[in-house]
Amino acid sequence: MSMTTVDEKLSVNKYAVDEEVPHIVVVRDADAAEFDKLVTCCPAALYQRDEDGAPTFDYAGCLECGTCRILCGGTIVERWAYPRGSMGVSYRFG
Amino acid sequence: MADFDAIVVGAGCAGSVAAVKLARAGKSVLLIDRAGEPGSKNMTGGRIYAHALAKVLPDFADEAPLERKITRERVSFLTDADNTTLEFASPSLGLPENASYAVLRAPFDAWLADQAEQAGAECVFGITVEDLVMDGGRVCGVRAGDDEITAEVTILADGANSLLSERAGLAKRPLPHQMAVSAKEVIELPEGVISDRFQVPEGEGCAWLFVGAATQGHAGGGFLYTNRTSVSIGVVATLSDLCGSSTPVYKMLDAFKEHPAVAPVLAGGKLVEYSAHMVPEGGLAMVPKLACDGCLLAGDAAMLCVNLGYQVRGMDYAMASGAAAAQAAVAAIDAGDTSEQGLAGYREALEDCFVLQDLRDHAGLPAFLEQTPRLYGEYPAMAAEVMRGMFAVDGSPVGRLRDKVRPAVRRVGLRNILKDVRRGVKAL
Repeated sequence: MSMTTVDEKLSVNKYAVDEEVPHIVVVRDADAAEFDKLVTCCPAALYQRDEDGAPTFDYAGCLECGTCRILCGGTIVERWAYPRGSMGVSYRFG
Repeated sequence: MADFDAIVVGAGCAGSVAAVKLARAGKSVLLIDRAGEPGSKNMTGGRIYAHALAKVLPDFADEAPLERKITRERVSFLTDADNTTLEFASPSLGLPENASYAVLRAPFDAWLADQAEQAGAECVFGITVEDLVMDGGRVCGVRAGDDEITAEVTILADGANSLLSERAGLAKRPLPHQMAVSAKEVIELPEGVISDRFQVPEGEGCAWLFVGAATQGHAGGGFLYTNRTSVSIGVVATLSDLCGSSTPVYKMLDAFKEHPAVAPVLAGGKLVEYSAHMVPEGGLAMVPKLACDGCLLAGDAAMLCVNLGYQVRGMDYAMASGAAAAQAAVAAIDAGDTSEQGLAGYREALEDCFVLQDLRDHAGLPAFLEQTPRLYGEYPAMAAEVMRGMFAVDGSPVGRLRDKVRPAVRRVGLRNILKDVRRGVKAL
């Protein structure tokens, strides 16, 4: 098996991204230590640091596991809701 | 007058079984799920032990989309290069009373939800329940968008990351040491290739758990299940410990796939899906209050999971709890008392069967697995060193086995081993 990047992993999934309503919202000026927990633990790598070390977040590839809610629901994750009906990831295997 | 006798939120193992039972009892029941296709939000490792399903749907083996019957069990202790495996293969694992199957939840749960619909449940899919309709402490139904739908009893079976159980005031947000995250790939391979690689006859398969290097020494493990024409491979890591990892969880999975123990069985395979889910691993300590006025919790939403290290179960607890919740709801509706008191039979039923008995028997295990880091590093290394002493021959005098075991044991410390064994035995 050849190695895959996380983007390649996510690209085989089926998504209907809700462009209007982000189901996860992260606070501005997120605490660095809290953010780094999510860089390590988010299986979809939605939480990343760019080349300058600045935090970036994109909910589009979300696998809807809730890990960020458990780790940072009381700190830097301001809103965590499930996507609106039929939106988000659709597993064909699961 | 409520719109329905019962509303079930979540068409997974717990919810669909509850809906089947309620409909069969002649109750009006609404089964609601946020997935457009039921099952398409759900994910497992995974393998289901079939006993609880067989009680509700005895013909499941002929009808359900099952992948392979598991007749080969493996547990491996991994270092970066070495693999010490315990394997048990036996026809007894395939006997009807013991049977377990690899499943993929998208097709499996679609089938299960269809059973609920056939039994007479009204099914609404593609609608996210955003909130509960509350009257003081009583749950009166669900809210989705501008719609309010009411019921005598609402059963929350909305999974491990249940927002609604918290909204009902039954549960608090779980703590990071109580939850694990699982990342999994489904890798397609020809049916015959899988059978050959795992030495199983047609229709049978292997369940394989890994301790140690799969999670790079962190609390958790790896897993591999054979489906009919694919393999499910993944890692599970306890959140509190994973936070301290220098490797993100998705790279942990990549490294695991490269391990010599698994790379050859994946060779030539094609990635067809990547998924993730949380697993409630905190055991009895995290099981919330299961009932309040007008409401019951079932399945993962009730945190009914047991991880013994060599045996990981959730779906059979989900089905048994879904069935018990339905039964309690029917009794309460018939008696005209759907208060917390009127629904108390649910917890009693779970206490009287394997569900809460298993959780009670293993109440100390989650802390042992979380607080014994040697399980994920030093013990796999010790096992490998002993094995190397037994099996590696370089032509020098081979010496006595005990002389090979002693340094391996000394490296970990006999006192540490005895202490961990004592703690482990107590927990198990």
